[in-house]
Amino acid sequence: MTVNPYLPLPYRVIAVRQDTPDTATVELRPVGAAIPEPAPGQFTMLYMLGVGEAPISVSGAPIEGAPLAQTLRGVGAVSKAIIRLQPGEELGVRGPYGTIWPVAEADGHDVLFIAGGLGLAPLRPAVRHVLANRERYGRVSLLYGTRSPQDILYRDELAMWRRMLDVQIEVTVDRAHRSWHGAVGVVTELIPRAGVDPSRTIAMVCGPEIMMRFSVQALQAAGMPCEHIYVSMERSMKCGVGLCGRCQFGPDFVCKQGAVMRYDRIAHIFTVREI
Amino acid sequence: MESLEGIVLAQPFFAGLDPAIGALIAGCARNHRFDPDAYLFHEGEEASEFFLLREGDVALEIQAAGRPTLVLGTVHAGDIVGASWLIPPYRWNSDARARTPVRALGIDAACLRGKCEDDPRTGYAMMKRFAPLLVRRLQAAHLQLLDVYGRSDPA
Repeated sequence: MTVNPYLPLPYRVIAVRQDTPDTATVELRPVGAAIPEPAPGQFTMLYMLGVGEAPISVSGAPIEGAPLAQTLRGVGAVSKAIIRLQPGEELGVRGPYGTIWPVAEADGHDVLFIAGGLGLAPLRPAVRHVLANRERYGRVSLLYGTRSPQDILYRDELAMWRRMLDVQIEVTVDRAHRSWHGAVGVVTELIPRAGVDPSRTIAMVCGPEIMMRFSVQALQAAGMPCEHIYVSMERSMKCGVGLCGRCQFGPDFVCKQGAVMRYDRIAHIFTVREI
Repeated sequence: MESLEGIVLAQPFFAGLDPAIGALIAGCARNHRFDPDAYLFHEGEEASEFFLLREGDVALEIQAAGRPTLVLGTVHAGDIVGASWLIPPYRWNSDARARTPVRALGIDAACLRGKCEDDPRTGYAMMKRFAPLLVRRLQAAHLQLLDVYGRSDPA
């Protein structure tokens, strides 16, 4: 964390990669001092000068020496301004914040990643970590569901993971025309077909909250213990350090005690409205 | 050669089925092969038979004039294709097209409905299997309709 938790450090854009028509990954290098290396699952606050600040998951770590990569969809003033940045332009970064995916706890276990839509972005650092340390893990599966074939993130990397032969990669889309030859249906339908052993698998789930609720139900129906399931909660975050209270979720602040949370610890409030 | 009864009882969908009921179902069954792009059935046709996919993938599709064919979903080995055989007026609501070479077990709808009427145990065994399938598909349709990956998506 930076010394002053509210003080962004200047970063320069080195590349903007268009992932889908409305989603891009910006790659950043520090102009001077750098934020600490983010761990898989953490996020930063990106500050667009004169526009505002937004919490964005880190999608590119952890590869030694790699730029800070963050994937965002242009939906608000800040995110739209950021994905329009050109190489050489600057923005502010503070963080990293939040909890991390349980890549250490999963050591020696099978790992099941379930991503929905843009939820693949926060999971990608964890997938990369597991694949970079492949010998430490048992069976590795990634189930990815998104809206349409045009909305598939990181196509090249998904194809590369699929070629690794000891990783199960399943992709499904909610809607498609006949020209798409892959699976059509919701991501939860992939869960019973994945053939995971629930007793020895750690599941990491990220996507819209409704998709996560249905995914957790499907995992439980498959016999997975609640303490093996991790989800990444989404709440409107502002300060990033658990002070402003905007992202309160029951007794926790998502920016500090989350966004990655073990399901058994939040199961009692997971489906409670407006909590 | 494997008997039809053995094939029926080996299907995941019929896991735990009383072998006597399996024999009744097998009496309504026959094997099918479909080449890629062959249709298992078309929308509007009588739902005279449903299928248990043993191998291959099938797309459930809807045609609309002037628009590309929309794929509603795909089903795979171990899945059931078709539930309209259970519900009057017994007409298919979509097309089912083989995407790959498909091997399937076809169950004659009138034959099985008759056996379900005659023997409530058989009918109940079928309902216990089809009701969860229908609920799962309804939930999946809800999720698809919600368009959860729309523009309010996180990150």
